Order: sequence, then C-alpha cells, then structure tokens
Amino acid sequence: MFDIISIVIGVIILVLAFLALNSKSLIKAVLFLSGISMLAVVLFVIMRAPDVAITEAVIGSGLVTALFVFTLLSVKKEEVK
Amino acid sequence: MKNLLGLLISVALGILIVLALDVSESFPDFGSVEVSERVAEEYFDEDNVNEVGSGNIVTAVVVGYRGFDTLGEVTVLFISALGVALIIGSSKNQKRLDLKFKPNFMLKTGSRIVFGIILITSLYIITHGHLTPGGGFPGGAMIASGMLLLYLADDEFRSNIKGFKILEGLAGSLFVVIGLLGLLLATYFLQNFLPTGAVGDLLSAGIVPIIYILIGLKVGSEISGVIDNFLTEEESA
Repeated sequence: MFDIISIVIGVIILVLAFLALNSKSLIKAVLFLSGISMLAVVLFVIMRAPDVAITEAVIGSGLVTALFVFTLLSVKKEEVK
Repeated sequence: MKNLLGLLISVALGILIVLALDVSESFPDFGSVEVSERVAEEYFDEDNVNEVGSGNIVTAVVVGYRGFDTLGEVTVLFISALGVALIIGSSKNQKRLDLKFKPNFMLKTGSRIVFGIILITSLYIITHGHLTPGGGFPGGAMIASGMLLLYLADDEFRSNIKGFKILEGLAGSLFVVIGLLGLLLATYFLQNFLPTGAVGDLLSAGIVPIIYILIGLKVGSEISGVIDNFLTEEESA
C-alpha cells in the first residue's frame, strides 16, 4: 500500500520538477517547487521521519517559497533589446 | 465599546470551544496520554529514557548526546545572520520595501489572526520538543514565517528589530551558560544536571526542554532579523 503511494508521489515529484524547469513564468516555477516540497513532506511522513517532515514543511514549502515570491514581486521587469 | 464587545465575543467563543473539546470522548485529558505508545515505538529505547528522558531518540541524540553539535549549528546560523546584517543591513536610515499592491483591511486583519495561530503552534512545537517531533529549529522557523506573513500582508508593518537582537544574544549566551553549568555541576559540557522525571510529562528530560526553548527563541529572532534585512532597503535621500 505505502509502496504504491511512494511510487506515485515520486513520479509526481519528477513531473513537477520537470514543469518547474520548463515553465516560462517564474512565479509558476516557484509554485511547482513548493508543490515538490509539500509532496516530499508526505514521503517523509510515510518513511516515519516526522522531524524531517516538520522541518521540510516549514522551511521548504513555507519560508523559501514566501521569500521567492516576495523577491519576484519586488524585482522590476525590463525589456531586453 | 467596540473593543469590549470583541473581548466578550472572543471569551465566549473560547469557553465554548474548551467545553466542546472537554466532553469529547476522542480528546484525552491533558497529561494522561501515554506518549511512549504514540511516538513510533522503534525509536523508544530504554537507555535513552534512563539517561536523557526524552520521548523519542531523535531528540535524545540532537540535544542530549550531541548537544555540542547543536551549539555549532546555532553558531552557523548566527554567523550567516551576521553576514546578511553586515552586507545589507548596516546603513542608518532604512525604510521598508514598498509592495506593488495596496493591502486592504481584510487582508491586514486576517493576517494578524493567522499570525496568532502560527505563533501558538510554533510555541507548542518548541515547548513539546522533547516529547513530540519537532523542536527548536522548526518552531523558530515557524515564528519567522509568521513574521514574514505580517510583512507581506501589511505595507506599513515593521518589526522591532532591536528587541530581536537582544533576545537572540540573550538566548545564545544562556545556551552556553547552561553548558558551562553542566561542566560545573556534572562532569562535561552540556551534561544533564537536572532530574529527568517521568517520560511524557511537560517538565521532564532535564535540560532538554530548556535548551529547546532557547534554541527556538534564538532561531526565530535570528531568521526574523534576516527577513527584516531582506525586506528593508536604504533610503535614497
């Protein structure tokens, strides 16, 4: 049961990583990265590492995503000639 | 009058929630839960319980046996925060970064409410670090993410950065002082010199909860300081 869930989550993580690399808009890439962290939290819980799961949830999908989003909000867009 | 009404409503709601949870069968009484049955049994071993007294072996390793490593980790974080402050936070007149949008009243008030919930959760994680997964580092990072939420949702918010600096220095020095007390009262640095108590009590495991609270305060104030440095800029006079 848990094996199947782990494989499915692993495949979704790979797909999300591919999407994050290939997406044109930066903010979407950041959100895909946050999704990877969220799924990694589920994997850590399945592997019975709740300490790592809590840290990953707080730092990986919380702090880092928020900082990236704030940075993208404050960066000015300029046309490249 | 408005404030009084708000206070009354929140007190009444609080009493209602407490009463509702109190009669619920699925909610055990405080302190009567056998933690050793809930925490993964494989991680629960007798030597650790006798020596350190924490509910799981991860905490026993991180704070009990390898407390000196944890001091090193906290120092690494301190040095990185110091570097950020030296590079981008050293000028005198700072102003916070402008948001591209104007936050409305609902966003500001709602973020305050969510910040309270985040703060309570992080305090729970920090103070129960020796019983449940989590501890000082994740709890501190959670406090900092709450501060980041306030910064993002309110365009005039600015935290009291000087208080954070004092708190951080105080917590860090108290960590070292507790280590030195272990050297003085027992035999080596950061050794447990308090009674370990019964596993599962809030006040058990000797110095582990004290150290976790100090680490939580230090990490929280440090990362909040870094966030403040990131989100402020020099005023172009």
